[in-house]
Amino acid sequence: MTKEFDLKALMTASLQGDSNAHRSLLTALSGHLRSYYKSRLLRSGRPAEETEDLVQEALIVIHTQRHTYDPEQPLTPWVYAIARYKLIDHLRRTRTTTADVPLDNAEYILASDDNAAAESQLDLAKLFERLPERMRLSLQYVKLDGLSVAEAADRSGMSPSAVKVNIHRGLKILTALIARETKA
Amino acid sequence: MKTNELISMLSSQVDPVDTREVVRNVRIAILVGAAASLLAVVFVLGVRTDLNEIHAQVFLIAKLAFSLSVVILASHYLVKYIRPGGEFRVRFALTVLPFLAIMIIAAISLATAPRSHWETIVFGSYWLECLIAIPTVAVVPFAAIMSAVRLAAPTDLVRTGALAGLVAGGVSATAYALHCMDDLFPFIALWYGGTIVLCTVAGAVLGPKLLHW
Repeated sequence: MTKEFDLKALMTASLQGDSNAHRSLLTALSGHLRSYYKSRLLRSGRPAEETEDLVQEALIVIHTQRHTYDPEQPLTPWVYAIARYKLIDHLRRTRTTTADVPLDNAEYILASDDNAAAESQLDLAKLFERLPERMRLSLQYVKLDGLSVAEAADRSGMSPSAVKVNIHRGLKILTALIARETKA
Repeated sequence: MKTNELISMLSSQVDPVDTREVVRNVRIAILVGAAASLLAVVFVLGVRTDLNEIHAQVFLIAKLAFSLSVVILASHYLVKYIRPGGEFRVRFALTVLPFLAIMIIAAISLATAPRSHWETIVFGSYWLECLIAIPTVAVVPFAAIMSAVRLAAPTDLVRTGALAGLVAGGVSATAYALHCMDDLFPFIALWYGGTIVLCTVAGAVLGPKLLHW
């Protein structure tokens, strides 16, 4: 269970606000999610291009729902439950039978790892255009250009707390947009 | 969009989070729902007037023991089911224990009563009021609990909804016991037990609709 041990350590740090741990965690999980979804989509007769949409959707959920993880419990079943929930949701939306999603052992989610450089069918730039301007700018400056909140506040003329709020709301809306896009 | 870009976006400025908040939300919702149910029973239906009599006190305690044990057991499981994968960790078979206990006591009390009295014992004086009041009073606690559960991320929506309905039904029955004058175990087993089960079934049906994320 060394994977569980390492990932759980990253999760514990990330819950305390460690950005580097969070990045490492999401990167590691994306590989596991990719190989899980690839095999499950194949089995359900869905096109492989949908893999990356699901990986990204699951990553967003893992990020936005990280407060629902109970640190006294192992991480693997939590990640697996999210991955499976999103898969069933996806198959239901795309009207494929969900009878084919077997209830695996939770450890199955860590069984293999797929790190092929991956791109989803989503065009982030297009989704960004649909956000209100203040949210778009806040996200653009801080999340994409890597500025600090203070620098973004200076550049956009908003207060630092407004930038933070706009990032938070923008991410939520973006999550919803991505979820809606993947329905197609 | 490249997955690497998404990861970079998500992992800049990561805020610390409180992992106990989701459980706290549900507990507060149960308390708020309980307060609302109590107010509804006390001010709309009224507290039973014979509470100075030992007989009434004994049966009030019996009803509360049943409904509160349902609430305590069900909420214990509910706070686990609100997290992804909670359904892999625990099953909630133990929640049938209060129902089994009250049914056994009811069966014994029926068996020792003459058959000609059974109808009176089972239906009491106010079975219809009980049948309507418990599910109605349960609506507010159910709404409060479901809105708190929505702040978490359950992955088994049917069972989570059922548990929320079970807690709400138990809370409602607890409040209704203050009003109810029917003091017989078969009555409690059928009309308290039955209406709480009804709330549970309603929760299971509404769960996937209300809790989907």
